[in-house]
Amino acid sequence: MIEVTGITKRYGETVAVDDLSFDVKPGQITGFLGPNGAGKSTTMRMIMGLDMPDAGEAKVNGVPYRGLAWPLREVGALLEANAIHPGRSARNHLLQLAQTNDIPPSRVDEVLDVVGLASVATKRAGTFSLGMGQRLGIAAALLGDPSVLLFDEPINGLDPEGIRWVRNLLKGLGREGRTVFVSSHLMSEMALTADHLVVIGRGRLIAEMPVAEFIAQSSQQFVRVRTPQANLFKEAMSSSGATVVQEEDGALSVAGVSAELIGDIAFEQRLTLHELSPQMASLEEAFMELTQDSVDYRGEGGFSADPHLTHNNDPADAGTKVSTR
Amino acid sequence: MTLITTTIPAPEAPHYHPTGVMKSEWTKIRSVRSTTWTILVTIVLTIGIGIIATATEASRWAHASPGDKLSFDPTNVSLTGLLLGQLAIGILGVLAISAEYGTGTIRSSLAAVPNRKMFLAAKAGVFAAVALVVGEIASFGAFFIGQMLIGGGAPHATLAQGGVLRAVAGGGLYLAVLGLLALGLGTIIRHTAGAIAAFVGVLLILPLLTPALPLSFQNAISKFEPVNIGGAMTAVKPSAIHGSVMPFSPWVGMAILAGYAAIALAVGGYRMVRRDA
Repeated sequence: MIEVTGITKRYGETVAVDDLSFDVKPGQITGFLGPNGAGKSTTMRMIMGLDMPDAGEAKVNGVPYRGLAWPLREVGALLEANAIHPGRSARNHLLQLAQTNDIPPSRVDEVLDVVGLASVATKRAGTFSLGMGQRLGIAAALLGDPSVLLFDEPINGLDPEGIRWVRNLLKGLGREGRTVFVSSHLMSEMALTADHLVVIGRGRLIAEMPVAEFIAQSSQQFVRVRTPQANLFKEAMSSSGATVVQEEDGALSVAGVSAELIGDIAFEQRLTLHELSPQMASLEEAFMELTQDSVDYRGEGGFSADPHLTHNNDPADAGTKVSTR
Repeated sequence: MTLITTTIPAPEAPHYHPTGVMKSEWTKIRSVRSTTWTILVTIVLTIGIGIIATATEASRWAHASPGDKLSFDPTNVSLTGLLLGQLAIGILGVLAISAEYGTGTIRSSLAAVPNRKMFLAAKAGVFAAVALVVGEIASFGAFFIGQMLIGGGAPHATLAQGGVLRAVAGGGLYLAVLGLLALGLGTIIRHTAGAIAAFVGVLLILPLLTPALPLSFQNAISKFEPVNIGGAMTAVKPSAIHGSVMPFSPWVGMAILAGYAAIALAVGGYRMVRRDA
């Protein structure tokens, strides 16, 4: 269980994390989503007690990280890829961590086996690829058999096989009842692995909800239409409340009404349709749009995303908060 | 898929503790090549320069003036190499902490040991033990080999003579305390190159600047310089001390040097506790 309450982090004038609150619950994978620079890593470092928040607090299993009796036995983390001394072997890297928390050396070989690095255990970490470094970081996170795990962009640098392996590992950890918190800037990846989402942009919370709900709400539907009578069609649609956009290839994108309704209207108006196909904006696009708004509201003082998606659904409030800082 | 199948035994202690952290620091220091190299360089330089210095002095003995013969301090001459050995041990001290910042392992270290004072104390403790052993090997090695090389009628020293054991053992201690000062500078500065530059500055550049001061200040300032404290510690005859410096007595000087190291570590520790990792 991770509880983040109102944490704020400033670097000079820049507000990296702004009054952020959310909970990460056990037994599921919580995706921590946001564009690069949104404050994900900073937030994770504050949860780990490495960076001090300017305001607010983060608790792990009910206590601030620094109050944990055996940190590695309660929390495992992969914070940065290849944060390993290049001259030290994989085994010694894990051994020195294990020794701080009275974890037996036999456990080191066990986790090396789990991540598939047993055969290179005595090689210097400087010779490792990014993917191997990532696996070593994951081994370090698993070392203390912790109930809470944080992974910052764990699939970076991994090949497709490695990505699948990480997905399965995360799911397995979640099934075992652990609290799993995984950051990513890729919505598509989170859609595959996470059960729950915390979405941030510019250090602020944009959404916190189950992935299924997020997908349902953010997948904008539109209908692609081709017709030789484009102008008549646009006229006919305007009374139905739909928005029609002319695409470059001559097709029309109709949003706001179903394909069935478009077909009915066309039939009534005796319009010829050459194409009538429902489309779904990709999840990635929906996410981009959502987080793009979190960048834009700063200048405009308004927040234009679907209000259901946001906890911060009062544009005036958002505007004043930013401008008074 | 095998995940976390075996449960690891519950710890006996109620809380992570300095012994475990020191074990970890020992693993860290012994598991990188830079340690081996800096230790070898410290010992080789200290003994090697000692050999050259004693051989040179011995060859000159026949032609030396009566005054020079009187002031000849065979112990001090054999320990000349400490002047270079101190640079190598300083690099080991800086690297013990700056490598953590340079590679990013400081984050995993402090995630494992959130008590930063305990972390730094354990690191300094393990480093001090290693540096003291290395320093004494270098110092006693240089002394014994140096004395064997002194021939041609020149007197050589034995540990039984007054002040000799203090000078030789003190030489090793001097290296260890300087290493701790370097570790403290590394903790404050966090960057390898910057911390080494600061260490060399304190050790070698500062003494070059003191002659620019008015004469009346020179001795008051220069007796506080680490190299002069080391010079007093490794001298058996007062005449072996170079220049016009009137140094502190060996143990007062060593206490002052230890004070520098303590201040550097305390400032570094304070910054480590207050700042983001």
